[in-house]
Amino acid sequence: MSDSSYWFQPPPRPSLIPMRPQTPISPPVEVSIDGEKVSVPAGSTILDACKKIGRDTPTICYHDTLEPVNVCRVCVVEVEGSRILVPSCSRKVEPEMVIQTASDRVRHSRKMVLEFLQSSVDLSTAPQILDQARRYQTNPARYGDPSPPAIQNERDHHHAGHHEIPSGEMAQTVAQPPKVDNNLYVRDYAKCLLCYKCVEACGTDAQNTFAIAVAGRGFDGRISTEYNKPLPDSACVYCGNCIAVCPTGALSFKSEFDMRQAGTWDESLQTQTDTICSYCGVGCTLTLHVQENKIVKVTSPFEQEITEGNLCIKGRFGYSHVQNIEE
Amino acid sequence: MDIKFTGPEPTSAERLAVDAVLGPPESAWAGGKRNMDLEGRISLLGGSKARSFRDRLLPAFHAVKERFGWIPPGAFHYICKRLTVPPAEAYGVATFYHLFSMEHRKPTEVHVCEDIACRIKGSGELFNALVNAHACSTEIGIRKSPCLGLCERAPAALILKSGEQPTGGAIGCATPGNVQDALTTNSFPDQQQNWLTHSVPQLGQPQLRLLARVGHTLPQSISGYQATGGFEGLTNAIAIGPLAIINEVIASGLMGRGGAAFPTGKKWEAVAHASGPTKYVVCNADESEPGTFKDRVLLEGDPLAVIEGMAIAGIASGATKGYIYIRGEYPLSVNRVQNAIDASLASGWLGSNIQGSGHTFHIEIRKGAGAYICGEETALFNSIEGKRGEPRNKPPYPVHVGLFGKPTLINNVETLANIPWILRLGGAEYAGIGTGNSKGQKLFCVSGHVANPGVFETPFGITLKQLIALAGGTPSGAPIKAILLGGAAGTFVGPDQMDVPLTFEGTRAIGASLGSGVVMVFDETTDLGDILVRIAAFFRDESCGQCVPCRVGAIRQEELMQRLRVGQPKGSAGQEVSLLGEIAQVMRDASICGLGHTASGAIQSALRIFGTRTMQKPVPEVKP
Ligand SMILES: Cc1cc2nc3c(=O)[nH]c(=O)nc-3n(C[C@H](O)[C@H](O)[C@H](O)COP(=O)(O)O)c2cc1C
Ligand code: SF4
Ligand code: SF4
Ligand code: SF4
Ligand code: FES
Ligand code: FES
Repeated sequence: MSDSSYWFQPPPRPSLIPMRPQTPISPPVEVSIDGEKVSVPAGSTILDACKKIGRDTPTICYHDTLEPVNVCRVCVVEVEGSRILVPSCSRKVEPEMVIQTASDRVRHSRKMVLEFLQSSVDLSTAPQILDQARRYQTNPARYGDPSPPAIQNERDHHHAGHHEIPSGEMAQTVAQPPKVDNNLYVRDYAKCLLCYKCVEACGTDAQNTFAIAVAGRGFDGRISTEYNKPLPDSACVYCGNCIAVCPTGALSFKSEFDMRQAGTWDESLQTQTDTICSYCGVGCTLTLHVQENKIVKVTSPFEQEITEGNLCIKGRFGYSHVQNIEE
Repeated sequence: MDIKFTGPEPTSAERLAVDAVLGPPESAWAGGKRNMDLEGRISLLGGSKARSFRDRLLPAFHAVKERFGWIPPGAFHYICKRLTVPPAEAYGVATFYHLFSMEHRKPTEVHVCEDIACRIKGSGELFNALVNAHACSTEIGIRKSPCLGLCERAPAALILKSGEQPTGGAIGCATPGNVQDALTTNSFPDQQQNWLTHSVPQLGQPQLRLLARVGHTLPQSISGYQATGGFEGLTNAIAIGPLAIINEVIASGLMGRGGAAFPTGKKWEAVAHASGPTKYVVCNADESEPGTFKDRVLLEGDPLAVIEGMAIAGIASGATKGYIYIRGEYPLSVNRVQNAIDASLASGWLGSNIQGSGHTFHIEIRKGAGAYICGEETALFNSIEGKRGEPRNKPPYPVHVGLFGKPTLINNVETLANIPWILRLGGAEYAGIGTGNSKGQKLFCVSGHVANPGVFETPFGITLKQLIALAGGTPSGAPIKAILLGGAAGTFVGPDQMDVPLTFEGTRAIGASLGSGVVMVFDETTDLGDILVRIAAFFRDESCGQCVPCRVGAIRQEELMQRLRVGQPKGSAGQEVSLLGEIAQVMRDASICGLGHTASGAIQSALRIFGTRTMQKPVPEVKP
């Protein structure tokens, strides 16, 4: 090949390791939270400002790695000049905002949101939310006993705009049997509080697979594949990134689900070990959750700057060869 | 995007129905034959180009629904493929709207209104009779519907027939007989000449401005329109230019008629000043507030005025494209507006270079598909964009980030119908009509127990008593028990408030609101408990379900109202009322949108006035 054929020359090596572009620094914004002055970078949310001075603000639908959808409304605060409360997780600070985080109105709304969730969703595997509920002294019993669970797939057929008139004696819930349609993970929508996180993780915020979306309307809203197809027939690629962000355990590893059913799941016996996935060159960090010398689930730290806690099917579920023990 | 399309292939009929609205597929990507010239080995339509089709989703679903009565999986997947929409997302969109069904439906559906104005006129019996009559039919299905916007002719029904030649129409004062007639003859009362004359009791009176043409001129006749002052406003607008138009609208003091009463001029100014080359004008014709039917009367009776108003809004704001979002339950309005748009285009009052002025403005109709929440402005944008009709969090406001993320001017039908009049008269003179903060003339939707229900137009300042008198009072002369102002999202007032002036400030002073202009009258015989239970059920049905306070609050409110209804409160009635108050407060304080904020208002006001005893079924008097 002659010297003049330049087309095979490799591009010059970058002199720097590729990094995220620097965000320009704009002047900080000063706001007042419960009378205390706080200064945060422009573009921060009220939640960021609250965190900075250690105001502990409950959040459910918010997640550091996802676009805020501000639907749960548990993080609301009072902003002077606003008729209604505002969600701190998504509202950006503005100069001289006066914010109240502990007024009666704020406490009432937070309490009611938590109480509403307790009265309609199974939160038994969501200890943080239950903690918050205790802190805000909820009393879900006042809506009556929970109504009996729907039969399998019944809720998936509810038609928008038509519902059976309730007797009012019992509190309606989203209770229903879990959807177990594959060997990797289980969807137990009796525990789903419709935070939209899994949909975001499956969609443009991480995976871009779009296997699940919110279907139906109002209290009949639900997370669903098209026509409520079982997962193996859907677009799901089993990256498990939805499981990672689910705040209630509605989505869980089949291994965890089975152990919980058998009563053998015990987090106090579990260790967590970080390692690097060896399947491909991306090199995602894996956190192996091990109980009694068996991997029971795999997560990845959200703080990981590049992968933000996301994995693919191999890193997430491809561990059985490690423990291919005859039983 | 990497989208996996699953599911069955379309039948040829399904393919035809979809292609009829989307055009034939150009490439293999969109489900057609591979076109090697166009595509080669790359995907021609990926990425942002594919995403730009998303807004055709609802029109495509409508086409399939009109052909088959429901959305069969083959057609569904074909649509997803054509528009590059992930099937799960498209399924989420289709299941949001109650006129779309993903399960097999009979080809003809009769929707019987079960809302407030109709239930006091026997819609329950009508529904039962129709269900019995068609129990074994494989052709005809009977369904309950929220308010059909025909409250002046309660009880109302809407027939939607799917098939190769889909047809349908509304039936007022419905009986099993006239519904059956329409089903067999395929001719619908709303196509008859005198249809609108029933809706406007003041027909022909000289003081009418907004209703002046309704029932008189042919709705799509340009010459008839111009003979009565039509397009004079637009002509003036073209002559004076955007800045002066906005000044006239500001000077007029016009406030939005969609319910929120926002100053229209201020909104227009904000959109005109918003940055960016692309802006939109949207006309909100989703009118679904129970008790409201004024927009329907304007769309059916004088669509050109709305079109003229939109064109003026376009010139003022710098938008060249407008959308009018009409609720799916108004097939006649869709028809009339489309004809009026076509006629305007043909005569140069719309399109590029309007009357040689160099201004361009096009209008496209979008049909809703059964969702009250899509009247909320940001939910409406999402619906046009082919998404679930979920309201967005505000800020940002539509004037900055609206339809397709662009600055958007959105106004109600009646607001826009005022615009040509203002531009003809001059803002200052318009401001001379009405009272302190309420300028101009207002359309009131009077229904319920009155002798002549209908849309009434009067200058602002008329009192509740005068308006009810105008509508002939209660038919039997029976005393009035309560009046619902502003619809289901409004407030009940008692007969002691009859002297309240029906202005923005007058109603606010008594803790009520004018809302969309609903005045629904209930006489002494009314079972108010039944109505309150229905209002609770309405919000349970219509909440989009996005935010917890409204999604769960609406259902807890309904359960509680049911307990009061059957007289089995948990604890004392007093405890229930205070719990109801707590539910109301979180819905008002923490919900995302106006639906949640107002979902408890009517119930709270009624219980405040009448107490919990009004909830119980009236015991029929036993004669000794
Ligand atoms: C639940 C809900 C439903 C609404 N429905 C309608 C409607 O059907 N028509 C309408 O014009 N405005 C409706 N609105 C008000 C709109 O959000 C918006 O304020 C209005 O279209 C603005 O127009 P205007 O300024 O001309 O009033 C609704 C608001 C809410 C919260
Ligand atoms: S399944 Fe989990 S992540 Fe998904 S919406 Fe429900 S609670 Fe949220
Ligand atoms: S998790 Fe998947 S993407 Fe990450 S390193 Fe392992 S194989 Fe590669
Ligand atoms: S208030 Fe109700 S309708 Fe509005 S966003 Fe929340 S759930 Fe949806
Ligand atoms: S955490 Fe802010 S609304 Fe859910
Ligand atoms: S049409 Fe029945 S209440 Fe409006």
